Amino acid sequence: MRSDPGAGPRASWPLRLAAWGGLGFLYTPIVLVAVYAFNTEESAFRFPPRGFTLRWFAEAAARSDLWSAVLLSMKVAAMSTLGAVVLGTLAALALARRTFRGGDLIAMGFILPIALPGIVTGIALSAAFRLSEITPGFWTIAMGHTTFCIVVVYNNVVARLRRLPPSLVEAAMDLGADRFAAFRTVVLPQLGTALLAGAILAFGLSFDEIIVTTFTAGHDRTLPIWLLNQLGRPRDVPITNVVAMAVMTITALPIVGAWWLTRSSHDPGGAVRG
Amino acid sequence: MSETSPARPAAPGLASRLSTALFHHRLLAVWLLLTPPLLWLGVVYLGSLLALVWQSVYRFDDFSMVVTPDVTWANYRALFRAANFDIVVRTLGMAAAVTLGTGLLGFPIAYYLARYTRGAAKGALYVSVMLPMWVSYIVKAYAWTLLLAQGGVIYWFADLLGLRGLLEGVLALPVIGGNSLATSNLGRFLVLTYVWLPFMVLPIYAAVERVPESLLHASADLGARPWQTFRTVILPLTFPGVVAGSIFTFSLTLGDYIIPQLIGPPGYYIGTMVVAQQGTVGNLPMAAAFTAVPIVIIAVYLVLARRLGAFDAL
Repeated sequence: MRSDPGAGPRASWPLRLAAWGGLGFLYTPIVLVAVYAFNTEESAFRFPPRGFTLRWFAEAAARSDLWSAVLLSMKVAAMSTLGAVVLGTLAALALARRTFRGGDLIAMGFILPIALPGIVTGIALSAAFRLSEITPGFWTIAMGHTTFCIVVVYNNVVARLRRLPPSLVEAAMDLGADRFAAFRTVVLPQLGTALLAGAILAFGLSFDEIIVTTFTAGHDRTLPIWLLNQLGRPRDVPITNVVAMAVMTITALPIVGAWWLTRSSHDPGGAVRG
Repeated sequence: MSETSPARPAAPGLASRLSTALFHHRLLAVWLLLTPPLLWLGVVYLGSLLALVWQSVYRFDDFSMVVTPDVTWANYRALFRAANFDIVVRTLGMAAAVTLGTGLLGFPIAYYLARYTRGAAKGALYVSVMLPMWVSYIVKAYAWTLLLAQGGVIYWFADLLGLRGLLEGVLALPVIGGNSLATSNLGRFLVLTYVWLPFMVLPIYAAVERVPESLLHASADLGARPWQTFRTVILPLTFPGVVAGSIFTFSLTLGDYIIPQLIGPPGYYIGTMVVAQQGTVGNLPMAAAFTAVPIVIIAVYLVLARRLGAFDAL
């Protein structure tokens, strides 16, 4: 049957080499940061590491400026996630069925904040805040983040809505539910995991964002800005290493969770043959 | 029209009557849903963008360092001054190189992932590609300063394998070279390619997944060799995915201003120039004119990408 060796389950060795090599490229810096966090050296730039210690974790934990940056990042991410979930879900509900012309254009509008370079968004917002005499701080950061987080929620919810057969809602309404009841009892439960996944991704995006944030933050420091500042302090390298590793670990787990929640929409078998 | 007025004060049936009205007037329902997000997008985002574009035609006085709201094209003309034009060309060159680099590195990963893995292995591999995308940008940039540093991992390995001479030789080359890896264009290229690689892999993966297996069998049955099948069937069908990925890699490189500060030779990029103009110089109009460059380029890029079908691959 099989006439094409390339379509078999085994890839040719150059392809395997390129694929696994690429994956190795993706993970080398990540592994390096994780290893350096436990390094005993005071200026941990030398390779290989000199010895194993947990000392820097304690020292990092004692830094109050670190904790206030973490707290601010958490608050900003929570607020912008909330905004993005509300606005992104509304937009998705309106545009998922493509009921009118121009819907595509509006959908493109929501993509714009991530399609255009972050620096454009950042400087535009900072100029607008200055014009309207809004003092930069928590709210300006959260507004900026909400703007580019909307699309993440929107994408997740639209994908789910498009996989939801319209007959479900019709059945509910035939059984006497009005539009709101149908939404509450049929659509919303189906959206649950997509919303959660969108929220997690929005939170992660906001928590890590730095390009827009530097323009909208004023004197406040989110965690990424704190890290950027740390790069200019060679004596703090061990603490920077520890925080870098912690940030990586803490964001990785929820992201895997978000993928798990929406894995059916990534599963090509279901999408193509469905 | 009368049944669309939701203000009618019939308490018990209000919700159900509103529901009926919305059912009969789909467009009304759509617009009710759309108003809050559209207002946000229109006022906060597009409003700010327009304000920025508008300020790009304001006059900046070099002596008094003051911005006056007189309309002038001087800022845009200044973009074409040799020094500024160099910045644009330098940034575009890097963006193109990074896009090419991510494409070449990313295609095999995406292709392997889509065609040669099954079930749990595919899930695990997919997550392994996606995860680095979500690792904090600044942490990744920082990791590379450790990798590229003198005495860092790359130099250590080069010494170990006796390739130090080769490394120095590459760094001695014009354009891509520099005093050390951390201050060379090669280093900057590596970091940018690394940071944006997952953004290229995922759209290509989605595109490869969509190529029906039957086409490949048909191609093989008609006598095509694997390489021919790849060139004449797979590549044309997955190219929209590559274009979709390149939107991200190109745009993200164009607007970056942190990595060009941390790694690579001195000399402005569009991003660092914008920051310098609006921050230290206080010349917001010039900064705004500079941001018009990526806006125009990305707009043209998006139009072309749409023609190539890249939006279906997103």
